[in-house]
Amino acid sequence: MATPGTTAAPPSAPPARDRERPPRRGRTSLRHGRRDRISLALMLGVPAFLVIGLVWLPAAATVLLSFTRWDGIGGLDTIEWVGAQNYTDAFTLYPPFEPALRNNFVWLVFLFAVPTVLGMLFAVLLDRELRGGPLYQSVFYLPVVLSLALTGFIWQLIYSSDQGLLNAFLALVSDRPAVDWFGDPDINLYAVLVAAGWKHTGYIMLLYLAGLKAVDPSLREAAAIDGAGPVRTFTSVVFPALLPINVVVVVVTVIDALRAFDLVWIINRGRNGLELISALVTSNVIGEASRVGFGSALAVIMLAFSLVFIAIYVSTVLRGAQR
Amino acid sequence: MHPRPPAPPGPARRTLLRGLAGAGTLAALPALAGCSSTDPNTVTLTSNRANAAQRAAMQDIVGLFEERSGHSVEINTFDSTSFQESINNYLQGTPDDVIAWFAGYRTRFFAERGLISDVSAVWEELDGAFTDQVRDLCSGPDGKQYMIPDSTAPWAVFHRRSLFEENGYEAPTTRAEFVELCERMRRDGLEPIASGVREGWPAMGMFDHLNLRLNGPEFHLELLDGLHSWDSPEVRAVFGAWAELLPHHQADPLGRGINEAQTALVRREAGMMLCGMFLTHVFPEGEDLDDLDCFPFPEFDSEIGADVVEAPIDGFMASGTLRNPEAAHALLAHFGTREAEEVYTAVDPQALPLRLDADTSAFSPLEAKVNDMVVNAGALTQYMDRDSRPDFASIVMIPALQRFLSRPDDIADLTASIQRQKLSIFGQ
Repeated sequence: MATPGTTAAPPSAPPARDRERPPRRGRTSLRHGRRDRISLALMLGVPAFLVIGLVWLPAAATVLLSFTRWDGIGGLDTIEWVGAQNYTDAFTLYPPFEPALRNNFVWLVFLFAVPTVLGMLFAVLLDRELRGGPLYQSVFYLPVVLSLALTGFIWQLIYSSDQGLLNAFLALVSDRPAVDWFGDPDINLYAVLVAAGWKHTGYIMLLYLAGLKAVDPSLREAAAIDGAGPVRTFTSVVFPALLPINVVVVVVTVIDALRAFDLVWIINRGRNGLELISALVTSNVIGEASRVGFGSALAVIMLAFSLVFIAIYVSTVLRGAQR
Repeated sequence: MHPRPPAPPGPARRTLLRGLAGAGTLAALPALAGCSSTDPNTVTLTSNRANAAQRAAMQDIVGLFEERSGHSVEINTFDSTSFQESINNYLQGTPDDVIAWFAGYRTRFFAERGLISDVSAVWEELDGAFTDQVRDLCSGPDGKQYMIPDSTAPWAVFHRRSLFEENGYEAPTTRAEFVELCERMRRDGLEPIASGVREGWPAMGMFDHLNLRLNGPEFHLELLDGLHSWDSPEVRAVFGAWAELLPHHQADPLGRGINEAQTALVRREAGMMLCGMFLTHVFPEGEDLDDLDCFPFPEFDSEIGADVVEAPIDGFMASGTLRNPEAAHALLAHFGTREAEEVYTAVDPQALPLRLDADTSAFSPLEAKVNDMVVNAGALTQYMDRDSRPDFASIVMIPALQRFLSRPDDIADLTASIQRQKLSIFGQ
């Protein structure tokens, strides 16, 4: 478990000053100093307290609990230490675990390959000030703001095997038996990924639109004067200028893939081909099962994967800052 | 005067602190805040019966109690599923005095943990009102009672009477007749057995019934209690019998919700459905509901017969620390009276009264039939997720049963995997 590098300076540390001014009147400067110190202590201390109390302590407690067997009932004395058994169980005899890892990975690759690319394409097209641009923008962005319950409902109407729109349409054009979009473990993940991509595309589109608006038009003019076509202009000039946005998009997409949960939970509680680590953690810890220890172990495994990406991201950002 | 260094002005700081206090309060709120009123005359009641009919029925019987006892009752109703998912934490917080819950393992579990209190005193007045079986299902491991039962929604094989009459079908009583009927239905262009298990738990019904018919109730309950190996010939025989029936089920059950399967029965697309009495909610009142009929799940072994009924029992328990034990016990005693159970079950279509002396003259033919099945049952079971540890039932069995439904030819491997996980969870 990595510990946070520097979450907070000690609250009592005096404010650093780059220029030491000689105090003109000791009393006031002392008063200022004290006030500064109090305000600085609050400004650093309160957020630090919140982050440590609400993020790091629970995370540490989760790591500790992952080595126990506990059903969440009773005090600390009912917690039984079982060493690394939860981890060995997860990797050796918990059938949904391996599919969950695989599905999370597929989810990540898919989000990068389809919605991210599609979102960028839409952003470039909409950036060209075509007629009805705001309308298209709203249409593509709508899925992002729809509530989760509504999204689940919409896609159930489309995919339902007996009464769904998609199967009704397929029955018109071919006489093959109805496709079991949600129940067939070989295809239901991809059906859900389409729904997830539908939500993710608008989000990415908006991020790139914002980035494109910020690209200096003179860059494009210069490229045009140099004889570059629109594609060449984009790949060689505009896209490199979008680097900060690209970093944000990568982070957003990775986080979305790791915490993907809601759609599969609504459809079948993340089972039968739709296993995701987040859904396994939820069904183990929350709810009737109350396998707090085992669920915590799954959560720690998820945290470990997230930390890999976080470390890559932070090191990239720090390298950028040093340049 | 000289320029001050920029610092947050006072009010902002105070706002920040106020906000912080607010955030702290929010974080401290439990998932289900039990409203504890301080009036000693008030009894608080948590109910998980959230359908419109169930709410109305609860209001009726609580109203009766308020009239007679002079106590007032505060009802807090929660959606059944979310209540089930938070009850562990809820009982450890500040729960209401009286809580609606399930009999069987689910009551025993809380009794063992000391989260609910002994109501044997109330049971003394109810002596003879319920069968000994129901009493056992409401008892903890110490032999004391922890629940006052009120109603049950039993399982059976349901079908439309008119459909059977039109096609000349007879209710099957043995395995051979059952399979033969399925084959006839398929020749007649019907789906013999409606099946929708997208939610997971509906798959348990078929396993339970096959296990009860092939291996008997003692083995079934001991198996769910973790006393037998799941990798045994008995369990493999259950999956084997199920695999033979699978071709007669609606295809692709894993993508179909239980409601869609019930709809297929309503629309005469499916011939039969193994389901609980809650199926009555989807049949429109009147002609359709009157057309609903049922028969017990057929016999698979003449030694064992077909008289075990899966009848999940609902009732009420008292929380661990009662502010006013007398009033809470009075309310529980009222829930156990013949009148309260009759009033409740008359309003809630899925509920049958459990009292032996309940008036059955107003029953519909379907209710009378199901009630006879319960009264003459050789044993009552509660359903897999109420007869076993919740973590085992939901975490191990649902994925296992779903895997069986998508790959029914791999039974040996499946039972071995269940057994490995069972050992890990039951810690034996």
